[in-house]
Amino acid sequence: MNNTISLKEIAHARSGDKGTGANVGVIAYTAAGYAFLEQELTSERLTKHLHELHPQGVQRYSLPGIRAYNFVLPSILDGGASRSLRIDSQGKVLALAVLEMQLPRPENLAQMQPKSHQS
Amino acid sequence: MTSIRVGNAAGFWGDNLDAPRLLCESGQLDYLTLEYLAELTLSILAHLKSRDHNAGFVSDFPTVVESLIPQLRAQPNLKIVTNAGGMHPSACAAAVSGILQKAGMNDVRVAAVAGDDLLPQLDTYLAAGEPFQNLETGEALDQIRPQIASANAYLGAAGIVQALRQEARIVVTGRVADASLTVGPAVHEFGWDWTDWNSLAAATVAGHLIECGAQATGGMFSEWDRHGAPLALANVGYPIAEISDGGDVVITKPSGTEGAVTVATVAEQLVYEIGDPAHYLTPDVDADFSQVTLTQIGEDRVAVAGAQGGPAPENFKVSLAYRDGYMATGSLVICGRGAIAKARACGQIILDRVARAGVHLQRTNIETLGGGDSVPGGWPDRPEPWEVVLRVTAHDPSKPNLERFLREFAPLVTAGPPGVTGYTGPRPKPYPVMAYWPTLIAQTRVTPQVEVRAAGDWTR
Repeated sequence: MNNTISLKEIAHARSGDKGTGANVGVIAYTAAGYAFLEQELTSERLTKHLHELHPQGVQRYSLPGIRAYNFVLPSILDGGASRSLRIDSQGKVLALAVLEMQLPRPENLAQMQPKSHQS
Repeated sequence: MTSIRVGNAAGFWGDNLDAPRLLCESGQLDYLTLEYLAELTLSILAHLKSRDHNAGFVSDFPTVVESLIPQLRAQPNLKIVTNAGGMHPSACAAAVSGILQKAGMNDVRVAAVAGDDLLPQLDTYLAAGEPFQNLETGEALDQIRPQIASANAYLGAAGIVQALRQEARIVVTGRVADASLTVGPAVHEFGWDWTDWNSLAAATVAGHLIECGAQATGGMFSEWDRHGAPLALANVGYPIAEISDGGDVVITKPSGTEGAVTVATVAEQLVYEIGDPAHYLTPDVDADFSQVTLTQIGEDRVAVAGAQGGPAPENFKVSLAYRDGYMATGSLVICGRGAIAKARACGQIILDRVARAGVHLQRTNIETLGGGDSVPGGWPDRPEPWEVVLRVTAHDPSKPNLERFLREFAPLVTAGPPGVTGYTGPRPKPYPVMAYWPTLIAQTRVTPQVEVRAAGDWTR
C-alpha cells in the first residue's frame, strides 16, 4: 500500500488573489480529516509544496464551523493581477495544485473520506 | 417585511449577459444586484471617461436594463442595486434613464451614488496629511504620484440605503464594497441600526457568498467531476440570498437551473479571496466568518449561521491604480518529442535575439503551458506531453522595446527547432499596465453623494 495520500482524497479547496498575494481555503470532508489537517497541513508543508513560487510568511487561519483552513500567501503572484508575467496571474488554479499535495497516509483514512467518493 | 430575496447575476464586468434576465424571470427577487468592478476596472473606466465625458461606467448595464424591462413591469417590487456607475454614476443613471424613457417608464426612480472618486482631491488629502502608504509594501505615494490613473474609496452601504429611502428603484453606485450591495437592501428593509453589528455581519456574509455570481452555485467547484457525472453548468443558476430581519441567511438558486447549492459549493465561496476569517473588513462592519456554519436544509438550499460582527474600521480601503509601463505576450505551439525542453529553448532564443538587437527588457518570463507552468512545481508527476504552448511575456517601460520583442516569435517557425507552429493571426500588440496600490483613507474624509430622480428627469 502506498504510504501517502493526495490532499484531494480528504478535502476540497478554492483559491483566488489578494493583491499581489493569494489565498487558498482547504475544506475537510469530515471532522476526522479536519483534525488530521490540523497536524499535517501546516504552513511549512504548503510553503514547501509551492516553493517555486517563493512563498514567504504564509499564514494559516482556521474556520472550524466549516472544517476549513485558510492559507494566505503574500506576494506569490509575481506582482498581482495586472503586473504578473504568469498565466495564472490571479491564483485561480492554485487550489487544484494544492489538492495534489502528498500527505502521510492516516490509519483512519476511511473516516476522512465522504461516502460518495469511496470506491 | 420579514425576509428578502437578493439575487446576484454578475460577478465581474464580462459575466454572462443573459444571467440578469434569467435570474429575474425565475428568481422571485426583491433585489437584483450586479457586481462589475474588479480592482483595476476603474482605471480602465477613468481612461474611457477622459476621452468621452458621457463614458466611464459599465456599458453592459444599460443593455441589461433593456433586457429587464418586461420584469420591471411585471414585478413592481423588483429593485436593482449595482456598482455599474464605475467612474461616472450620474452618466450611468442618465443612460439607464434613457432606456426607461424609451419604454415609457418615466416614473421609475433612478439613483446615482458617488463620492468614492478621490482623484480630484488627492493633492488636498496629501497636504492634509493622508499618507496613502501602500498597504502591502509600506511605500510612500509620492514616488508614483505622476502616474496615478484612478483613486477610489470603497464606500459602504450608507449611500445605497439613502437612495432606497428616497424610493429609488435602480441604484447605480461607483466603488462600494461588494458585500455592501447586499447589506444596503437589508438595512433599508429591516431598519437595522448601523451598530447592529451581528445583523450587518450576517448580511455581509450573504453578500460575500453571492457577489461572485455562479461561484456559489457550482462554478469553479473543485469537486466538479468527483460525483460520478460532471456537474452540469451550461444553464447554471445564479445565487440568491434569503435574508431575514433577524439575520438568518439561506443561499439558494432558481429551481430548474443547473449547478448546485450544497454545503460544499457554499463553503468554497466562503473562503474565496479572504484573509483572516475573523476580520472580514468592510466599511459597514468588522465581520467574523470564522465560526460560520453551513447546513443543507433542502435541495439547493443552504442555511448560513454564526456570523458575528464588531465595530466597522475607522478607515475606508482605497483602490488606487497607476500607469506602470507596458506588457506584451506572445505564444507558439511546440510539438514532438521533448516538447517541454524544446519550448524552453525556443523561449530563450527569442530573448537572446532581442538582447542581440540591443533591447534589454525589464522583466521577462518563459512558460510552457502543458508542461505544468500554470503552478510551477505545484503539480505531481505528469506524462511527457507531445505538444505544449510556449508563452513568453515581458514588461518594460518602453513600448517600442516590446514591439521589438514581439517581432521575434514568427521567425522561430523557420529559424528555430523543428515542430514549431501555431503562429497565426495578427502580431500581438503591447498593452498598457495599470498597477494596483491598495491603501486607506479616514472614513470621516469621505461622504457618499446621493442623487435620486425620476427617469424622465435624468438627461445626459
